[in-house]
Amino acid sequence: MSDATYPADLRYNEAHDWARVEGDVATFGITWYAQDSLGEVVYFSPTTAGEEISKDGEYGELESTKAVSTLIAPLSGEVVETNDALDGNESTVNDDPYGAGWLIKVRLSDPSEVDTLMDADAYQAFVDAL
Amino acid sequence: MPEETALRRTPLHDRHLAAGARIVPFAGWEMPVQYEGIIPEHLAVRSHAGVFDVSHMGQLELRGAGTMRFAQAALSNDLDRIGPGHAQYTLLLEDTGCPVDDLIVYRFADDHLLLVVNASRTDADHAWLAEGLPSDVTMDDRSTELAMLALQGPAALTLVELPELAPFGFTRAEVCGVPAIVARTGYTGEPGVELICEPEHAGPLWDGLLAAGATPCGLGARDTLRLEVCYPLYGNDLSLERTALEAGLGWVCALDAKDFVGAAALRSQRERGSHDRLVAFRMTDRNIPRQGMPISPSGEVTSGTKSPSLGIGIGMGYVPATSAMPGTQIEIDVRGRTAAAEVAKKPLYVKEKT
Repeated sequence: MSDATYPADLRYNEAHDWARVEGDVATFGITWYAQDSLGEVVYFSPTTAGEEISKDGEYGELESTKAVSTLIAPLSGEVVETNDALDGNESTVNDDPYGAGWLIKVRLSDPSEVDTLMDADAYQAFVDAL
Repeated sequence: MPEETALRRTPLHDRHLAAGARIVPFAGWEMPVQYEGIIPEHLAVRSHAGVFDVSHMGQLELRGAGTMRFAQAALSNDLDRIGPGHAQYTLLLEDTGCPVDDLIVYRFADDHLLLVVNASRTDADHAWLAEGLPSDVTMDDRSTELAMLALQGPAALTLVELPELAPFGFTRAEVCGVPAIVARTGYTGEPGVELICEPEHAGPLWDGLLAAGATPCGLGARDTLRLEVCYPLYGNDLSLERTALEAGLGWVCALDAKDFVGAAALRSQRERGSHDRLVAFRMTDRNIPRQGMPISPSGEVTSGTKSPSLGIGIGMGYVPATSAMPGTQIEIDVRGRTAAAEVAKKPLYVKEKT
């Protein structure tokens, strides 16, 4: 399992989802803290490509052997890609939460929402206070 | 719930922390739910050997001249079917035929039995037994005085150097240099033993079993292992709402051999037939069933997970007799979505013959 890290190039929400914004497309995933709390991921059910999701709304579910976690969108937009490589290899979310364990890519409908998210320092402080 | 009291710690608490365990509150105890992870721990037990701290389990000791007579009237299974030095799976029932608890009884002698009970039910069992306790039997709650480890897996009997111990037999033996009661029992579907020892011996025993190659395993893997082989869990699959027959435990109720509390209700239910049944099922969709999900046309999931051995969603639940045949197609309501499943023969996991 990876170490507890929160990369500086990502933005975070309080539901422990991260967003990597590149132009008008953002990649979403869950943080080290989230995957550690959930345990080994065994099931990923994302919102399908083409659908619209809204910031703070659900964009899918992750399940571990013991628990179910609802994914909360950090930003709004249209789902353009889901990480189908996770099918059968769901534990990649635990092993590499910021890389190969990404979940979906979204074409942003309101890139200014990025300013409402926490940066890595703020998220680290948020997690430390939990 | 009782007022908040401090959680108990087993004698192995510091070793769990040192091994990187994630600790959770469980039935009044701080217990390790996992170390490396549920899946690798589960697979270690299926392929070699895993060791579990089960010191939270309750131990109620019965002694005195009237012990056998009392136990035969209180417990559902027939103790005359086993001799001294053997243990037996049995139930404590209410008059309704519903279990107060499921437990393992160790027959040391006619005037000495040990009941190993669920941690969450120890107080209820104690109260239930105390109510009918005759003057020639004493009961001693030894739950906090005894530690207990479970060593499970195909290599387990070799590791404790007791390859000849018969299923459900127990003996006093020295294991890893410490004295223990070693019983060939378990909750995983694998060969294995459960070891009862004094708290000060638990640490060296744990260390010795790890040094011999056993993987430390938590309650998470214990749950997935037992569910694959369809062993019921009190509080999930067993409760005061469902009779022993509905739970599929008629085989531990000696209805034709003796009288015991709950027997009359079970005999009358057996005569009526067509009661609900606790069935096992496997998902034919990708979804994972969870406790409390509705089953269609009728029923409810009592346990569910993704099987680490089979790679699919599995579970147990109560369904009407008409849906209880293996092969019956059912549907599980997974948070509002319909997922297909099939009633299956127990156990769900069967080891391939090698």
